[in-house]
Amino acid sequence: MALNTTILSEPNPTASAAALTSRALRLPRSPKVIAGLVILVVFAVIAVIGAWIAPYSPNLTNESWVQHILVAGTGPGTHLKADYYPLPLPPSGAHWLGTTVFAQDVWSQLLVSTQATVAVGLLAAAISTALSIIVGVTAGYLGGGADEGLSLVGNVFLAIPGLPLLIVLADYVPAAGTSVFLVSLIIAITAWAYSSRVLRAQTLSLRNRDFVEAARVSGEGRVRIILFEILPNLIPIVAASFLFTTLYAIGAYVAISFLGLAGSPTSSPPGLWNWGYMLRETFANDAVRGGWWWWWAPPGLCIALLGTGLALLNFGIDEFINPRLRVAGLSRKAARSLGISRRPKLGLTPVVRRDMINVDVTGAEPGTP
Amino acid sequence: MRALLRRLGVYLLAAWVAVTVSFLLPRVVPGNPVAGAIARAQSSGICNAYCVKAIEEQLGFNVHTSLWLQYVQYLGNLVHGNLGFSWSENAPVTSLIASYLPWTLGLLGVATILSFIGGTVIGVIMAWRRGSFLDWLLPAATFFQAIPYFFLALVLVLIFGETGSMLKWFPSLYGYDIYGVDPGMNLPYIASIIGHAVLPALTVILASMGGFILSMRNQMITTMDEDFVLVARAKGLHTGKVVWYAARNALLPCVSNFSVAISLVVAGQILVEIVFNYPGIGYHLYGALGALDYTLVQGIFVVITLVVLAANLLADTVYVLIDPRARLEA
Repeated sequence: MALNTTILSEPNPTASAAALTSRALRLPRSPKVIAGLVILVVFAVIAVIGAWIAPYSPNLTNESWVQHILVAGTGPGTHLKADYYPLPLPPSGAHWLGTTVFAQDVWSQLLVSTQATVAVGLLAAAISTALSIIVGVTAGYLGGGADEGLSLVGNVFLAIPGLPLLIVLADYVPAAGTSVFLVSLIIAITAWAYSSRVLRAQTLSLRNRDFVEAARVSGEGRVRIILFEILPNLIPIVAASFLFTTLYAIGAYVAISFLGLAGSPTSSPPGLWNWGYMLRETFANDAVRGGWWWWWAPPGLCIALLGTGLALLNFGIDEFINPRLRVAGLSRKAARSLGISRRPKLGLTPVVRRDMINVDVTGAEPGTP
Repeated sequence: MRALLRRLGVYLLAAWVAVTVSFLLPRVVPGNPVAGAIARAQSSGICNAYCVKAIEEQLGFNVHTSLWLQYVQYLGNLVHGNLGFSWSENAPVTSLIASYLPWTLGLLGVATILSFIGGTVIGVIMAWRRGSFLDWLLPAATFFQAIPYFFLALVLVLIFGETGSMLKWFPSLYGYDIYGVDPGMNLPYIASIIGHAVLPALTVILASMGGFILSMRNQMITTMDEDFVLVARAKGLHTGKVVWYAARNALLPCVSNFSVAISLVVAGQILVEIVFNYPGIGYHLYGALGALDYTLVQGIFVVITLVVLAANLLADTVYVLIDPRARLEA
């Protein structure tokens, strides 16, 4: 079908007013982004209030929370003393997600674990993003020898595989697991190089644009140019790499906890409860073979769900950076009302402006707040 | 060629950094392995000065010489392929790793290649058929990308594994049937290896393919708007040929991002091997961590790093071969 080029090239005049009101949040409002945001908000809330609303302490054990099964060949009728092994209880009203073989409440563990998992993800991503901005933007802006040196450091860190390095570092810093900050720091050390490379490339392309030249000619200092001229233009990329790094950091934290390198909550000094440690306990106790799905499935699903939320939000940012991806993210109804084919012809992928989508999808009146 | 040499330089430097980190860490961080080993020895008897010396020798430490001399000695040993002695396995680390490596490399190589090819093809098709029913693959790929490898492994064991509780189609423990077949060049052994590799490989493929799909799709959508694709179409070329033109060009950034992908896949596979008790490097790393066998942990770290660097160099070579610009640039 033919493209309605008038819509594409000239924004609807009534649209821009509505668009202005929501300029602050310039993410495309596709269902993907909304779903991602909802998931993240839910986990963020649980991370904050999880420890309060947990019905029990995650470490609390109670003899009556497991079934005691008589070991065959012991007890009455044999010459051996009666011996029992514990069997976890399936979900019930008292234990929403059942219990573990250690007679602990899984639902409480899941709630409490959210906090450390989310906190490490965010803090590691924050440290790593700060590092990558410092190294990447500086290298890209300064150029020359500084660039060569910083890029080399970045490339070396990029080439060394992250998890093995993380394992060795965590292995030698046994106290790491007791502190959110230490774990985050170690993870950030292995995570910053990729974002740094992306930021450097983008800074290189911005460095000689006119507005930067203008700032330079008008006598602005280097630091000011980097902070106020270049950095604002990097925000979408920084945001994307922040989300990507959060995803990586959660995966890395879960992985080292699964390997037993982030401490155990019951040892001293106590490690932090997190989803990776929960999975470690289920794996060590053969929960899959035992059929105790209520124990091993929830932490894994939470990790996958949180990761999906981050990735969905990242789609939104990708579509913001690269408008061509946006058409693919439109719903059928929105595309039809814009007169755009969702199966674009070659070479003619329409670049959808957000204000168009906004108006057509929500049907907002011009000027409504 | 110069581009390749430059990359080679970066990788050599990375290898040196990894080796140095693995040398320095145990010596800088308090509570070094020697103290641990002496404590272990003392718990089963008296450890006198000779015993201490023997432990130091065995672990490749000699804490009474200067750090620099130790470093030179460490590098010298490394060049001769001597990574120290593993007390938990009671064998030289080098020969241990040599016995683990084929399993890891085989699984990693096959799974990564299948995943890369599959992911790229699916990504191309998804970009080409945008707006079709194939779009549901996008959230699915995202979900699989977000699942930790080892959790996916647990789910696959549950559904398909012999130790699971549902279909019991494939063996899900060890690298081959350790009770039923004799290792060697015989058919049952090879068949057993392949059967035991199905689930671990499937895990790695499913978990890593999402990333390849997404990056290829996004790259392809951008490339499809280039003028040369329009020209190719305007000339009336076959759809297949036009897609091939676009895909070839969209592939380049994906190949150059391969180095990031490969270290994520390696990280994932370490955990997958643990779940399946697959006798590769990752599984034994788990054992070494549990046994506090620092020598083995470090040896494995150094070797994994070298493997990843070699894979990167391979990807770079391919990149230079398929992209003429990379040859001109340098």
